[in-house]
Amino acid sequence: MAETGRLRQTAVASPAINPVTLLRIAIILAVLAAWEFLAHSGWLYRDVVPSLLSIGRAMAALLTDRNYYFNLGVTAAEIGAALAIGGSAGLVVGLVLGANRFLARAFEPYLYYLGPTPKIIFFPIMIMWFGVGPESKVALGTLSCFFPVALNVAAGMRQIDKVLVRVGRSFRASTWQMVQKIYLPAMRHPIINGVRLGFGFALIGTLLAETKLSNKGIGFLIIQTYSIFDMPAMYAMLIVLFVLAIGANALIGKLGGLDSIKRN
Amino acid sequence: MTTADTPLVASDRDSVARLVGFGTFVASLLVTEAVIRIGWLNRFIVPPPSEIVASFGRLFTEEHIAYRFFFTAGECLIAGIMVTICGIAIGVLMQRYKLLQRSCETWVAAFASAPLVLTYPLFMVIFGRNAWTIIMMGFLSALPPVILKTIEGISGTRKVLVNVGRSFNLTATQQFWKILFPAALPTIFVGIRLGLIFALINVVGTEFLINFGGLGQLINDLAERYDLAGTYAAICFVILVSVLFFMALEKAERWLRPVD
Repeated sequence: MAETGRLRQTAVASPAINPVTLLRIAIILAVLAAWEFLAHSGWLYRDVVPSLLSIGRAMAALLTDRNYYFNLGVTAAEIGAALAIGGSAGLVVGLVLGANRFLARAFEPYLYYLGPTPKIIFFPIMIMWFGVGPESKVALGTLSCFFPVALNVAAGMRQIDKVLVRVGRSFRASTWQMVQKIYLPAMRHPIINGVRLGFGFALIGTLLAETKLSNKGIGFLIIQTYSIFDMPAMYAMLIVLFVLAIGANALIGKLGGLDSIKRN
Repeated sequence: MTTADTPLVASDRDSVARLVGFGTFVASLLVTEAVIRIGWLNRFIVPPPSEIVASFGRLFTEEHIAYRFFFTAGECLIAGIMVTICGIAIGVLMQRYKLLQRSCETWVAAFASAPLVLTYPLFMVIFGRNAWTIIMMGFLSALPPVILKTIEGISGTRKVLVNVGRSFNLTATQQFWKILFPAALPTIFVGIRLGLIFALINVVGTEFLINFGGLGQLINDLAERYDLAGTYAAICFVILVSVLFFMALEKAERWLRPVD
């Protein structure tokens, strides 16, 4: 009897689906049902809220379209280039500002206050400097991702445990050895966090620039669906883009071990 | 002597550093001016800084930048009011019902990392090419930080304060308005500050992209007319506005946050 009771207790303590999952499923189903109702209600202009079936069809068509992958490749390359250039520039500037208090006091306020300005307004300048091709999109992405990386690295550098720096100095490490053996390993988390933020900003900057003026890339495809009023395709593209962006963001955080910091 | 001297030396160093920073900025402008005047840099790509400064007056008299500023400020204000009301309400609701919080908090965080501003063509279809599209873009981008910080602020209320409320037999509503909300206000304001910054960025950005509204549209207009000096001056004006806005919000946050 006692054994049965224990078994029953275990079964109650760990139900097959926990309430959080159940509520999540209920919310998703409610949203989908509301969406479908709105699509067939006629309250909005036709196709502003297309039916789930037509969005599903558009998504299937999108994911089997070679042209989509070509444009995805173009955008990915632009974002990659922007992250590489802006991220490395941000890393170097952040290391310099973090290591030197005087330079930080002199120049960091400019970075700090320029960081939250809307970067898309620099796009006309980027077009004049780099032309209408992918270079201007890369330049805008670079500008967008430079600031968060530089500010995060500079702040991370100042948070390094002083003991580690003293250990390095007591071993008479050269500047390069200090950077390689002390600073960079100790700043892994701030750097990854900066890159994660930088990636988000580079993505937004590049895609917005593509929606404004381009003839290839995901931003171009999105604005093209708007021009021809292909709403199911626009929804499909936005959903795929959001999944990719959120997934990439989570992946960078996971690779850098950011989730482990939160748990500690 | 030493203890009295140290802050003075530190503040002296700060002033020298600030001077060096400002000096470098001015020197870089002078070098750019010289390089353009010599002809090493094409003035049809980068206009001389003196021309940019001179075109500021024109922005006020011919381009009505003051009116445009108030138009953009109005859009930001509406987005800010909407986000404050909705963000705090959703945050309070999620914090009140723990199951809801556990189910949806990660979604809100994921929502924050999504490139929401890219949905502007969708909002143009729904609302048309008008101020509501711009306001909605500002509102949407500002919502996640306000929700997350409201949850954080209320959850972080010191236990002793909650117990004081209980010992006075306060009702749930009284407990919220007299204890939880005032204690959470500084943290909630951090969320509102972040939200307002995102709102300003997205409002100006959307104005530029859809060529409608205030300051963002002005930059787009001037660039399309190839008025280089005017474009640069308008961009400088937007930078100045966002820096001042950012500083004002920081000051308000410091005023709200009690000294630890």
